[in-house]
Amino acid sequence: MKEFTYARAETLDDAAGQLDETARVIAGGTNLLDLMKLQVMAPEKVVDITRLPDLSEISAEGEGLRIGALVTNSQLAEDHRVRSLYPVLSRAILAGASGQIRNKATTGGNLLQRTRCPYFYDPAMACNKRDPGAGCAAKEGVGRMLAVFGVSDDCLAAHPSDMAVGLRALDAEVEVRSPDSSTRRLKLDELYRLPGDRPDLETTLAVDEIITAVVLPAPEKGAVQAYRKVRDRASYAFALVSVAGNVTLTDGKIARAKLAYGGVAPKPWTNAKVEEMLVGQAPDEALFRKAAEALTADATPHSDNAFKLPMLRRTLIAVLREATGLADASPGTDKTKDAA
Amino acid sequence: MKTDLTVNGEARQVEHESRTTLLDALRDHLDLTGTKKGCDHGQCGACTVLVNGRRVNSCLSLAAMHDGDEITTIEGLGEPGALNTLQEAFVNKDGYQCGYCTPGQIMSATAMLEEARDGAPSHVSETLTGSVPLTDAEIAERMSGNLCRCSAYPFIREAIAMSAEKKS
Repeated sequence: MKEFTYARAETLDDAAGQLDETARVIAGGTNLLDLMKLQVMAPEKVVDITRLPDLSEISAEGEGLRIGALVTNSQLAEDHRVRSLYPVLSRAILAGASGQIRNKATTGGNLLQRTRCPYFYDPAMACNKRDPGAGCAAKEGVGRMLAVFGVSDDCLAAHPSDMAVGLRALDAEVEVRSPDSSTRRLKLDELYRLPGDRPDLETTLAVDEIITAVVLPAPEKGAVQAYRKVRDRASYAFALVSVAGNVTLTDGKIARAKLAYGGVAPKPWTNAKVEEMLVGQAPDEALFRKAAEALTADATPHSDNAFKLPMLRRTLIAVLREATGLADASPGTDKTKDAA
Repeated sequence: MKTDLTVNGEARQVEHESRTTLLDALRDHLDLTGTKKGCDHGQCGACTVLVNGRRVNSCLSLAAMHDGDEITTIEGLGEPGALNTLQEAFVNKDGYQCGYCTPGQIMSATAMLEEARDGAPSHVSETLTGSVPLTDAEIAERMSGNLCRCSAYPFIREAIAMSAEKKS
């Protein structure tokens, strides 16, 4: 690791005031320190925000929940309100990383973690994300883990988070504090940028903005939620593909279908057309197959990862079957409890 | 810079660079070499210690961020002649071969058993809200952050299950 200045922030103002292009916030540190050891990232200053008050709580907000940015992945997955009212979030978090990492990794940090593209991780390789304009070694390289949606000529990297995929299926919003002390709320789609010709710019946040919380809307009564992840090992591996589903049936028809996809794009991926195809229809195999075909119709896979398209289709169909009762629920599919 | 830690119940002060990890502070500054450096990237779990009772990878944490924290390492669990239940179980079940991952396995299992007793679900749990029986599959999933290059996994899981039975 290169030498850096360590600063412990006492207040949000203090933290924001110390942030510029050369500085990085540290909270859990599980991704940042990994990257700093490899010199993929080398901030001159690291600003520790873990002692900031009030960011480590999960509290009621209206009928929803407010999750402080410093809430750990373990704390969030274990929270009884999350387990019973937003089970897809617990399942997504538990499908990711290891017990040790989840104890350290925070909600804000999970959202802002960097891709695990092996060419981003290796400073000897060309990477437009690490070194804008350098080129992309992944294009002609090994592409098994790369994205199939939302990629550009300059970057094929996938966002690695499971948690963010669960949050996307719940329509969560991110609360961001600007340096002038005002706060703004962003949908996840407004937080993340697609790579285009600037893959180094991953979010719409300014360098001195800090994520303070994630806000979940009121829970949907009677929803069935599922997170299904396919990976190269049974545990502690990033997703090849994953699907988060949040589905409500009314009178035998799909009244609401929120679906998000992981391991396949530079951000938690969604496709409104697929959801529109499902809503108002009775659950049915042929319908699910049609929806799955629509999902992958505009994919642009690398020569190594076209397998992700049938895998994603099958995973989506499996989630839809379990969420609508066409198949028995397996671990990962949970009916939400009604709010107290 | 200086950081105050309570390590295995004892107040210790470490003088270190900003980039010193908790792992390096324990091993190189406090000579507590029971905690092992494997991959140094959070992938193998050999460096697992307890921070305020929760298991973490000490390689992926800055010492400076732990000012005031309580750290428990393998040296704090038991010692030759007075092993704790889990250490005893690893000996009885032959839960290791070369032994390099063992301190991390035991620290991780110590916290994992506590998590399971508190009812925390895992990726393989049938239900998120019911009780969690500590099956072989549950132990394997909950211990997936600890690699054993000798692949002593079946005996490691048996040792953990044995210890869990003794405690309950």
